[in-house]
Amino acid sequence: MRPDYVLKRFAIFLLITWVAATLNFLIPRLGSRSPIEDKLMTQAATGGYLQQGVAEMVKEYEAKFGLDRPLWQQYLTYLGDVARFDFNYSIANYPRRVVDILLEGLPWTMGLLTMTTLISFVVGNLLGAFLGWPRAPRWIHYLMPPLLALHALPFFLLGLVLVYIFAFTFQVLPLYGGFTTGTMPNWSLTFILDVLSHAVLPAASIVLVSIGGWALGMRAMMVTTQGEDYTNFADAKGLLPKTIFFHYAIRNALLPQVTALALVLGQILSGAVLVEVIFGYPGIGTVLFQAIRGSDFFLVQGIVFIVIISIGITTFILDLIYPLLDPRISYQRG
Amino acid sequence: MAIQIPPDTTRVQADVLSVRDLRVYYHTPRGAVRAVDGVTFDIKAGERMGLVGESGSGKTTIALALMQLIRPPGRIEGGEVLVDGLDLLKLNAEQMRQRRLALIAMVAQGAMNSLNPVIRVRDQIVDALKDHGLKQTKAELAGRISSLLQRVGLGPQVADMFPHELSGGMKQRVCIAIAISMSPKVIIADEPTSALDVVVQRQVMETLRNVQLDLGAAIILVGHDMGLMAQAVDRLGVMYAGTLAELCSVRHIFEEPLHPYSQLLIASLPSLDKKGVFQGIPGLPPSLLNKPKGCPFRPRCPQAFARCETEEPKLTEVKPGRFVSCHLYTEAS
Amino acid sequence: MSVVTPAPGNSGAGAISLSPVIDTASSLRATSGERVTAVRGYMRRNMSLPVGLTLLAILAVFLVVGRFMVDLEESRPVSVMTLQPPSWELPFGSDRQGRNMFAVAVAGTPMTLQIGLIAGFLGVGIGATLAFVAAYYGGKVDNIIKSMVDTGLTIPGLMILITVAMNVRGGLGVTQMALVVASLAWLYPTRTIRSQLLTLRERGYIQIAQMSGMSGPEIIVREMLPNLLPYLVAALVNSTSAAILASIGLEVLGLGPFEAPTIGMTLYWVNYNAAIINGWWWWWVPPIVVIGTVFIGLFLVAIGLDEIANPRLRRTV
Repeated sequence: MRPDYVLKRFAIFLLITWVAATLNFLIPRLGSRSPIEDKLMTQAATGGYLQQGVAEMVKEYEAKFGLDRPLWQQYLTYLGDVARFDFNYSIANYPRRVVDILLEGLPWTMGLLTMTTLISFVVGNLLGAFLGWPRAPRWIHYLMPPLLALHALPFFLLGLVLVYIFAFTFQVLPLYGGFTTGTMPNWSLTFILDVLSHAVLPAASIVLVSIGGWALGMRAMMVTTQGEDYTNFADAKGLLPKTIFFHYAIRNALLPQVTALALVLGQILSGAVLVEVIFGYPGIGTVLFQAIRGSDFFLVQGIVFIVIISIGITTFILDLIYPLLDPRISYQRG
Repeated sequence: MAIQIPPDTTRVQADVLSVRDLRVYYHTPRGAVRAVDGVTFDIKAGERMGLVGESGSGKTTIALALMQLIRPPGRIEGGEVLVDGLDLLKLNAEQMRQRRLALIAMVAQGAMNSLNPVIRVRDQIVDALKDHGLKQTKAELAGRISSLLQRVGLGPQVADMFPHELSGGMKQRVCIAIAISMSPKVIIADEPTSALDVVVQRQVMETLRNVQLDLGAAIILVGHDMGLMAQAVDRLGVMYAGTLAELCSVRHIFEEPLHPYSQLLIASLPSLDKKGVFQGIPGLPPSLLNKPKGCPFRPRCPQAFARCETEEPKLTEVKPGRFVSCHLYTEAS
Repeated sequence: MSVVTPAPGNSGAGAISLSPVIDTASSLRATSGERVTAVRGYMRRNMSLPVGLTLLAILAVFLVVGRFMVDLEESRPVSVMTLQPPSWELPFGSDRQGRNMFAVAVAGTPMTLQIGLIAGFLGVGIGATLAFVAAYYGGKVDNIIKSMVDTGLTIPGLMILITVAMNVRGGLGVTQMALVVASLAWLYPTRTIRSQLLTLRERGYIQIAQMSGMSGPEIIVREMLPNLLPYLVAALVNSTSAAILASIGLEVLGLGPFEAPTIGMTLYWVNYNAAIINGWWWWWVPPIVVIGTVFIGLFLVAIGLDEIANPRLRRTV
């Protein structure tokens, strides 16, 4: 792999990070809405406190949170903080730091997403490959319509239905959360099984919806690859159908699918966020939901930033994997 | 006293490939397109035969049919393809698969894309060998690959390369190397040089000639470049509308073409000696969907007469080794 | 869930990779009889387009007829008795705040669809314009647009929408929501339409048209647009679908117009009140059925259009 390919990809990653950070900084400030003031006003209103003296409190808090300095200074401080993953304090959960709250939720989301993305990508593409293969068994084709119909739906929609059927009506799987409330997280087998059983429905919502998409795309790619000259030559060489299927057809059809994976990461993550909200799964999604409800601006900012960075990193990793799959790539302008 | 019988050098060589009345139709919603409509010829071991014709005359279809690579909606409707006495059309898919490359091999046009872009050259040579049941150690395979590459004039380092690192001519020669890797009896080359410049063309054709002499294999060269054919083949078959118009030695085609189509074809070739106006052949090839009765060339034939309209001529040997399907030569004289 | 990329996984290469309809230069003039057979053959092979349109039509009929059957004012809170299961007076029952759920469905669904359509149209409109500009001028202009789009698409749109929504004073109204979603909706259409234009430009028949003396605008209208049309329509369908999804997403998170009876807001209240666990099934089933219909319908239409535009994907008879 050529070094300039890696550098270029890394530079793109940094660019995206910077754009994200800047947007995250500017948009709130464009609203000329002081988060502190609003929060205090809301609290004052619901709590029935007197509203005089709030102005002084606001000034104090602003000084503490650094909101009273000129904009460019705030920007530079902000960039510096972000580089150290210092997202300030959570307004709603003061004095907890944003970064700590994030670190609690991140592993859950990453676990859920990695697992579901891998399963749906592998199973979906394999299914699509069989669908595009003329010698595939007939019954495979009957799988397609239901999977396609599911694919049209948002993740959380299926989530709602699955919760109703399996958690409420038949009560075979848990309704809510990442693990049974009240238990202390530990590494025992019971806890691990508990976690897994809580992950089944959220994961299923994502996987069942995503598979159809991969299958559809892969089927189309298989049609293309089978029309290619190298597949015909492979036939003329007298290769076993199995060899052609895996090493000629799938191997080449996979490349655009990997590209597509890099492109849909954002969508999958966004969809997963909503799934977590429905299931109360203790990942970034639920944290975000509660942060929004509590008007916790810094927490929301931190989440948005982390999400964008994660996608940037994953895209970067995929960019590095891609030349391994397609030897033509890093030799081009890439 | 033992009598030494000298080897019989006049023994007639057996036909290695015999095609009898081959028919390939493509079934479209509008009807059957008769791409190949009754083609018969024989080739002996070591012989080089060319198949020329306009686009759509059926020559590539014949090549595919011999390899049994015709895919739906095309179908081989009838005939026999005998290689060393074995009728390929009677084999099932797996049996045919085993014979491909081992008995009869093909080098296609468009070598640009004939190689799998994501696999190294050596793996593409080896996978064919493996799928034919060859079990060899890594070292033996490496040696075999090296010698194969050498026979087509490529260095051993090519084995580790990916196709996109090779030039067009090199890719085509890799395809030839693959085609000869199991020493087949028949090699079909479908326009092997059409995408290459003349210098590389010559290299590839020379390579083809060398390996063919080496193996003693018969070669069928499909194309439309008459100049190339003149240099590369012993016999030439002229295809028109799915049938053989004429089949004879390449010398006879150029010096004394019998079929009116061949005559017009030869006449249309530019010559270095004479200057003149380009002569094409007026008209268009007939629709293979609704083939009219009688001779398919009749609408464009300057020498057509009554019989040509009603009766389709059959390929007959009018002089030793010279076959024509034209009523001009089969009238009871 | 990005703003206007199609539903998750849909952008898998090939799924919506439309390429031009039959090349003008090489198409045979089909007789009208043949055309009818072709259409019928298409219908037999590929049910997507008709089924999709039928689903959407059924929904439309429901919404129109429903207006005459119920007083839309009852979609506001405190209109009827709370938590009533379905009955003759309340075909969809009522929720915890006393809304007539049937009124909510009939009144709120068009709002959601409206957001989707506005954002979808704006997205494709802006996107197509930018795509034409990029393809026409090429060079630096093209590079700038391309970079903007690529960077923008890597950033998950929902996150930006959340950031914007959180900072709008007083929360988002319906029209505001449409505009907010539209602000990101043009990214994907720009990319796809641009790449399609570039492919078209390279195709032989454009050059043939140029050489046979057609003028620029004539080429665009007579040669490129007919090939682009199914593609544009599919882009519109996808854009609308993604916009609806984005708006519902925002609403479920609690960033939508709180007073509006849109589908997303209904789901927000469903979640807030744990309606599933409490067994108030009539509250969440209709919104799910409606969204399901909308998304599946739009999806099938998009697939159907894809088959028209990309004959290679057609299954042979």
